[in-house]
Amino acid sequence: MMSYEFLVASAIGVLVAAGVFLALRARTFQVVLGLTLISYAVNLFLFASGRLVIGRPPIWDKAVSNYADPLPQALVLTAIVITFGMTAFVVILALRGFLESGSDHVDGDTVPCDPQDGMAAKNATVAPDVEDAQP
Amino acid sequence: MAYALTLLTLVTLPFAAALAIAVLHQASRAVHSGIAAGASAAGLVLLASLAGPVIGGAVPSATWQWVPTLGLDLTLMVDPLGLMFAGLILGIGLAVVIFGHFYLYAGEATGRFFASLMLFQGAMLGIVIAGNVLLLLVFWEMTSLASFLLIGFWQHKAEARQGARMALAVTGGGGLALIGGMVLLGIAAGSFDLATILLRGDIVKDSPLYPAILTLILLGCFTKSAQFPFHFWLPHAMAAPTPVSAYLHSATMVKAGVFLLARLWPVLAGTEAYTLTVTTVGLVTMIFGAVVALFRHDLKSILAYSTISQLGMLVMLLGFSLEAAALAAVLHILNHAAFKAALFMSAGIVEHETGTRDIRRLGGLAKAMPITAAVATLAAASMAGLPPLGGFISKELMLYQTPKLALLGLPWLLPVLATVGATFSVGYSLRLAGHLFFGQPREAEPHARAHDPGIGMWAAPAFLTLLAVLLGLIPMLLAAPLVGAVTGVVTGAGVPEFDLALWHGVNLALILSLIAVAGGALLFWQHRALLGLWERAGLPDAKRMFKATFAFADTWVRKAIVATHTPSLQRMLLASFGVIAFLIVDGAQAGGALTGTRTLIPASPPAIAAWVLLIAATAAVVNDARNRLRVLIYISVIGLVISLAFVQFSAPDLALTQISVEVVTILLLLLALHLLPKNPPYLSAPSRKWRDGALATLCGVLIGGVAWAMLTRDPGASISAFHLANAKSGGGGTNVVNVTLVDFRAFDTLGEIIVLGIAGLGIFALLDSAATGASGARLRAWRADMPLSPERHPMMLVMASRIILPLTLTVAIFLFLRGHNQPGGGFIAALVVAVAFLVQYLAAGFDWSDERLPFGEHQLIGWGVLVAMATGLGAMALGSPFLTSWFDYFSLPLIGKFELASAMLFDTGVFLTVLGAVMLALAQLSHISQRAARAAQSGEGRA
Repeated sequence: MMSYEFLVASAIGVLVAAGVFLALRARTFQVVLGLTLISYAVNLFLFASGRLVIGRPPIWDKAVSNYADPLPQALVLTAIVITFGMTAFVVILALRGFLESGSDHVDGDTVPCDPQDGMAAKNATVAPDVEDAQP
Repeated sequence: MAYALTLLTLVTLPFAAALAIAVLHQASRAVHSGIAAGASAAGLVLLASLAGPVIGGAVPSATWQWVPTLGLDLTLMVDPLGLMFAGLILGIGLAVVIFGHFYLYAGEATGRFFASLMLFQGAMLGIVIAGNVLLLLVFWEMTSLASFLLIGFWQHKAEARQGARMALAVTGGGGLALIGGMVLLGIAAGSFDLATILLRGDIVKDSPLYPAILTLILLGCFTKSAQFPFHFWLPHAMAAPTPVSAYLHSATMVKAGVFLLARLWPVLAGTEAYTLTVTTVGLVTMIFGAVVALFRHDLKSILAYSTISQLGMLVMLLGFSLEAAALAAVLHILNHAAFKAALFMSAGIVEHETGTRDIRRLGGLAKAMPITAAVATLAAASMAGLPPLGGFISKELMLYQTPKLALLGLPWLLPVLATVGATFSVGYSLRLAGHLFFGQPREAEPHARAHDPGIGMWAAPAFLTLLAVLLGLIPMLLAAPLVGAVTGVVTGAGVPEFDLALWHGVNLALILSLIAVAGGALLFWQHRALLGLWERAGLPDAKRMFKATFAFADTWVRKAIVATHTPSLQRMLLASFGVIAFLIVDGAQAGGALTGTRTLIPASPPAIAAWVLLIAATAAVVNDARNRLRVLIYISVIGLVISLAFVQFSAPDLALTQISVEVVTILLLLLALHLLPKNPPYLSAPSRKWRDGALATLCGVLIGGVAWAMLTRDPGASISAFHLANAKSGGGGTNVVNVTLVDFRAFDTLGEIIVLGIAGLGIFALLDSAATGASGARLRAWRADMPLSPERHPMMLVMASRIILPLTLTVAIFLFLRGHNQPGGGFIAALVVAVAFLVQYLAAGFDWSDERLPFGEHQLIGWGVLVAMATGLGAMALGSPFLTSWFDYFSLPLIGKFELASAMLFDTGVFLTVLGAVMLALAQLSHISQRAARAAQSGEGRA
């Protein structure tokens, strides 16, 4: 019989494994995805430190005496929002790095992109700017 | 504590003046110098009120606790030594302010100048009246910073910037050594209180820490007072405006090292190591400075090297560790301050009126500017040590002391070398006055322009020169009580018996003095020939050596950084993950069962199905990473399952947050992907994938294991029970999660919204400048790589989104208002509002929506943080700790009973900041894609 505890623990494990693998890739977008997966896992883990409780949300009521632990929930709530802030910042950083260098390699190695793909290598090196040159 | 207010006012006046000048930086030059002069004069009056008691033997002091755990107290104390220096700082400060008013031109940044000058005055005053050595350090560092600002005042000049950097590097570096020395001193003496330390001289000298204390403190003093071999920053500091040179680099700041030697005399002086080191360094500096000064051509450079020489003499005198030598030093500090400041100001006048400071182009100025010539010649005569001026008396006292110390066991060595130094002093003083004011003009042009300035400019140097003359004529009347009292404090042995006079009969000092004058005259007479010899010698240039040292350090630091801090994200992440895995394995060695004893909850079939979905989506993300658009769909599946998990496990607030963040994140990634390559080639070699895969699996198993071990055990006692019990009664809300966020842990929340705001602004900074340079060229060269829908803004979507907008906003308001008692709150409401607006962007386009957006994102972030902070501070204003919340119940007709809580206001701050940050990130990103797309369209149009 499967328990909820097993489901959550194994989901955390799988998310971490996938996240670590992606974070070690060489393309910025994959690293961002990896960090996103790791963030899911970390938030779940923090939340799970309050243990799994069903049907007893921490909304105070005179009649109820047992609640889910509110403290990890409060911490994770802000963590989720901060995760968004971090993801957004890293994505933009990656984008700006790509625009600046023409490569989306995390270590700035100039591995040319697929010519069929977005800002192709040959386009990226267009140095003289026609629009700006005209008066 | 009778003098507490006077002391506090004394030290805060200059800072208050600096602030006032900075605030009024738009005002005129007269306002700036008026405030500065007023503050200096007021300080002098305050100081004068203390002078009587201090000379009489009282030591006004006051203490306020600051950081008692560190031994750092705000202790102020004025003893005779402090009184003398404070008098110099304020008196010469006043003279310099008056001179500076006329020296600077009306169009210059006088606000910045006088504000920095007052900042310096306050810091310097702090050094001399600090009664706690740690407090003294604080002021010491401040003088280095103020000096940096003042040397670099003319920011457009490269030499000013270089000189400022060099001075900061040398004096700041010495300041670091001094910090170490002072802390060790405090440890050795068992207190950081200056008065206590001064009484424990014997304990310190017997301490094993004494050699280290001495070395570090001397480093601090020698760098600050420009002693050889740290002298080189002072000539380069002459790039400062002349009033600054007169104030900082002759009369006050460079004397801080001398002051500290005098201040700590009872603790440090008297040992063999001290006497030998300090005397030798002072002697070498005195001779070196005097020799170099003879061969410089820039007026200020001559004065700079002469200052180095004179500081060397002061340090040497203090090094003797003799009472009579200390007395000579104290008297010479007064003399030097008077004549050197006067000389600097005279040099400033000459430059101001002739346009040059090169002594080779000037000459015979006595006819054109007689007042300046008289003032400067008298001051130079005092510097040369000629009777009947003040400089003569202190030089006699110095020469009289030299035979008392046998350097290297040779009793004649010190008198001879000191006489050599004195000879060169006479030489450069004669040359300065002689070549500048007498003889024939060397160049016509500067001479033709030359004339005496108005009284405003020569009054200050004339007054100082008058002092230098009177110090020679009536020393007993003018200076004896002060000099005696100061010497008594320096040695700690009480006021000595002494007599200051020009004539002491024929003795060794007089003979040595005569030799020096004769030799100096000879040097002046043969100056041309000696200059030729000097120039052929080709001596090393200190500036080049300084630069080379820095370049060397820079190279090696770079190498060290690269060696320890690999510039590769991949390798660093690999190491980080490896360490995490190792730490978990290491922790598991402690033993214990993997599975605990907590009763587990059986999973329902829908939950298992959701779990399968999550695992499959995660696998798909890894497997299909090249198709980036499809990956986003998998990611949103994962986010959805996690939201459902929060619903299932009694966390409605988290579920609401997660689902709205999910929407925003996916939108953000979609927008970024618009510009990023969508199908990049594989980069990793299979071997690397296997390696990473193995590490990833290990991490996953380990962390999954930790999670399992945690989940199968019962939690220990936690503070959550307190939160549950007090949410309603103390925080006024039933939603404990929300009360925790806005009340119990509101300080955390405040920090987090600030972080979020900064992230938003960071994104703005990254994208706003993306349109220029290489990234701008790439943006303009951008071409759509996927077919665009022919219908830019589908009618159905546009209409639907407009109908949805008010509904969504209503939901958001509802979520916000009920947040304190039911799931909801500022975070969630902000995310919902953001989604509502972003849907408008998506449907109707950037321009249409941006025009109609009723607010600016930057303002939202700023107001949000301000509102949250103000709520917290409001609690403080009512006498409660920061961020204490308040609530009460009211009732109104029709509406009935309702609750008002200050937490609601705080939550408004949270709401505004989160909304601003999210909107700023997404709006900026869509704006930049819009620009790229437009450029691409126009490019196609032309082609």
